[in-house]
Formats: sequence, C-alpha cells, structure tokens
Amino acid sequence: MSTPRDKRMTIDQVVGELKDGMTIGIGGWGPRRKPMALVRAILRSELKDLTIVSYGGADVGLLCAAGKVKRLVFAFVSLDTVPLEPLFTRARQDGTIPEVVELDEGMFQTGLQAAAQRLPFLPMRAGLGSDVLVHNPDIRTVTSPYADGEELVAVPALPLDVALVHLNRADQHGNATYLGPDPYFDDLFCLAADRAYVSVEQVVDTAGLTVDTPVQRLLLSRMMVAGVVEAPNGAHFTTCTPDYERDETFMRHYAKAAADPGTWAAFEARFLTGDEVAYQQAVTDFHAEREASA
Amino acid sequence: MSDATRAEVCAAAIADCFADDGEIFGSPMGLLPTLGARLCKLTSNPDLVLSDGEALWLGGVPPLGESAEVVEGWIPFRRVFEIVASGKRHVMMGATQIDRHGNQNISLIGDYDRPKRMLLGARGAPGNTVNNRTSYWVPKHSSRVFVEQVDMVSGVGAARAAAAGPAATRFHDIHRVVTNLAVLDLGGPDGTLRVRSVHPGVTVDEVHEASGCALHVESDVPQTRQPSLEELTLIREMLDPRALRDREVPPVEKAAAS
Repeated sequence: MSTPRDKRMTIDQVVGELKDGMTIGIGGWGPRRKPMALVRAILRSELKDLTIVSYGGADVGLLCAAGKVKRLVFAFVSLDTVPLEPLFTRARQDGTIPEVVELDEGMFQTGLQAAAQRLPFLPMRAGLGSDVLVHNPDIRTVTSPYADGEELVAVPALPLDVALVHLNRADQHGNATYLGPDPYFDDLFCLAADRAYVSVEQVVDTAGLTVDTPVQRLLLSRMMVAGVVEAPNGAHFTTCTPDYERDETFMRHYAKAAADPGTWAAFEARFLTGDEVAYQQAVTDFHAEREASA
Repeated sequence: MSDATRAEVCAAAIADCFADDGEIFGSPMGLLPTLGARLCKLTSNPDLVLSDGEALWLGGVPPLGESAEVVEGWIPFRRVFEIVASGKRHVMMGATQIDRHGNQNISLIGDYDRPKRMLLGARGAPGNTVNNRTSYWVPKHSSRVFVEQVDMVSGVGAARAAAAGPAATRFHDIHRVVTNLAVLDLGGPDGTLRVRSVHPGVTVDEVHEASGCALHVESDVPQTRQPSLEELTLIREMLDPRALRDREVPPVEKAAAS
C-alpha cells in the first residue's frame, strides 16, 4: 500500500536545515503556543543574521538577546500577564536589533496573506496616518483604480523562507490539528513560507487525528509541511491548551531573571545551555525545588 | 447622595461609551473597560457583543476573572481583524500617551531608533483608529499621559487621519477618552480634546493641572453622572465582588493619603 512519506525529524535536523540570513516566521501569539523547543534549538546553534517575523513573545526576547536577529518584523512583543517582554525591551533600548519593522497587527496578517497568495502586496486601511508608515518609508500607498479613488496602504508581502509552528497533534506526514481555542495564524505562516516545520506534543497515526476530534481542527495539511518533530512540552513556558496551560511560575522566574544581566547569566546557564531534554529536566527540577521549599 | 467610589463613577462613564453602539463587538482592553462594557450590557445596551478576551463570544455576562457559562460564538484573533475591517466594533484601548489632536501612543517612549522605554509596539492601534469606533481609558490622568505631542503615533487622531486622505477619515471615529478625573472627547476646535464632564469631586482646574497639553473647555462643564443604585448593585454584588476596580482606580481618600 502506498502512503505519503514520513517527515519525522529531530529538532536538530530542523535547525540543520536553517541558514544564516534566513527569514523565519514563528507561529503562535505572544505567550501562546510558541514553538519554543525549536526556538531553544536555534539559541544553541551558530545561526546568525536572521530576520524574525513574529507576533512576539519570549521567542523574540530570547532570539534578540542571543544576538541572532538582524531584522525583526513585529506588531507587539508581550508576555501578557507580564506586559513587557524584558529581553526585547532591553534590546530595543540598547539599540542592539539592527533593523526593526514595527507594523500594525492587521497589517502583519495582511503581509502574510499577500505572501501566501504570491502577491506583492494587499491593500488595507491600517497604517494610514500613523507613524508605522513614517518609520517604514519603504511601505507605499496605492490608489484604488475604481470610482472611489481611495488611497490605501499597499501592505508588502512578508514571504518567509521557513515557518516554525507548534501544534497539539500531527501524523508523520505533516497533517496537524490544534486542540486549543485559537488557531492563531499558524496555517498562514506555513502558506507564506517556502518550507514549514511543525513541532507537536504527540505524533499519532492519521486515523487518530480525527478519532475523537472534529475534522475542522485539522489546520495544516501535509502539503504545507516539510517536517514534523515530536516535542512533548515543546511550547513550554507558553500555552499549549488543552495539553497544558502557561507555566506562569516559570514565566515570572524568566521575566525576573531577564531584568538583570547578572541573574540572566545564571538563568541561561541553568536552562538554556543544554539540549531540549536537559531543558525539560531543569524545568522539572525547578518546580520540585519550589514545592520542596513551599 | 451617592456613595459611589471613583472607580464606580469611571465604570458607569465607560458603560455610557458603549450605550448607543447597538449590536456590535464591544472590545474593552484592561480591567475597568471590561467592567464598564459588562455593566453596559446589563443596563443600557443588552445587544452589545462581548468576548472573553481570548477566543469566545460570551453568552452571558460573567464577573471579572470568571469564564463564560454560556458561549455564543468563536472569535479567534484572526477574526478580530476581520471584524475591525468590517467596522462592527468599538474598542476601548489604553493610551500611554495621548495628545490634544487625539493621537495615541502605546509603542515606545523617546526616540524610535533608541527608545528610552520600549513598550508594547503599535499593536492594533493604527488599524483600529481608521476602521472602527475607538475610545481610550487612562487610569491615571497626568501630564505624562496628556502630552503636546506623542512620541509615536500608534492610534491616529483627526488631523493625521485628515492628512492621510478620505480612506483614513471615512471610518475614523474617536469616541471618548475616559480618565480617573474626567470624560473627554474630540469635540474641541479641529477635532481636539474637549472636557465633556469632570467626575464628582474634581474641578476643571484640577484636570488642566494634570494635563500636559491644552484642553478645550466650554462654559459650565457638567459633572460626570453618578452610577444608579442598580448599577452600583451590579458592580458590587455581581460583576466585581472582590473590588478589583479599586486597585486600578483607588478610592479618592486613600489615593490622597498614599
């Protein structure tokens, strides 16, 4: 019997396919369902000069602080219950992100839509009159060719070399479901990219994807996906509802550590120098210590 | 005489912002705006559509911090942008800075290339202000918030919209600015900030002193209305029994003492 090909990969194999200078889109939203295991692997790699396109959370903070980012395309960076991402705000204030492209949230989505549709731009109102256009002088306007003659923003496409997303379940071929409340823009990131890699909590067989889950939850089709990584707890410390919610205790520890270079070095040494298995173990130990001292 | 606290006056003033919206998405950002929008739905505008701030339309009106028992729909982030573009929405956003022309900033303080303080980023403010009705909530009215000129125009004011042309002005609708001291709108000359009302116990002079930009004032500025007994009961017993509102806008005597 013929079956589609097996696209299972390791985290390091995915990162091995990335190159210096690439444009990488990161799925999820702020502190929600971020492909953190893949982000952590990029942190450990030699990769540099990346363009990162993200509705940003700690993914953006970590990559900026590690000096991986040459150009950042964002509309916000936030941890929500900790409103300001400390590593990102410091990088902006120290001027260590060489190029920033700050967009409106809707413009960001429209840029991905244009890329996904292989269009150079799509028109919209967002951005008109705001300093988003002042600080991005390369973004042009376009005049409607119809009777209204309106002058709209020509939101440039945001084509990605690679998209990295994290979902709940996938089969080995790359069909993937989200089980939480919101798909975010993960399918759009994948369509806007030359190649997309999805990490998941669990790889199941194809029949298992819909055995107790409505088919409408299948967000990614295998034709949109180049590689599948099984990475349990791979979105930690962001949400991966319903498998787990945000690790608020750890996130607050992260934010506190990140606020000061001295404590940040200790945090990095403890959590970010080893591989993903070591990271997960360090997190388990962190919680065990907390409970023991509580 | 009412014994309403300042936070309760603010909640009622916020509820009034959404009162004539009819059946559209009321989209409050933050605690007091959420309280006010829910109060509005229970009183003046039962047709208002509210979400849990995450991905669900609320079928009922739960207390602050509690989830919906009944859900009436699905509103993932991608659909929010569709509703913004369709115009069936009234957002009440925060404003780290706002100037007399109604330009709002939540992005950064200082210079764009080397901010003194990086904040959230533009978020949805540029799109909101040219697409759907927009109001602002300022929990601490001060000369740091009300400035001559914002450091970055995230939300677009009237003059900037006009300069950008008809596509920017067509749906531009800055409705109100509610603060802990007063209710303002953009009814001043050329769409500039005007004091609509001052909260009980606040004078127009105090509002001027707390502002770093000129505000238009017409003669006889009224007092912001007191919440009704029904509203106070809803706020205190149903929507916010833990008085979370007092953390955002402390009762006036306590604020003076601290």
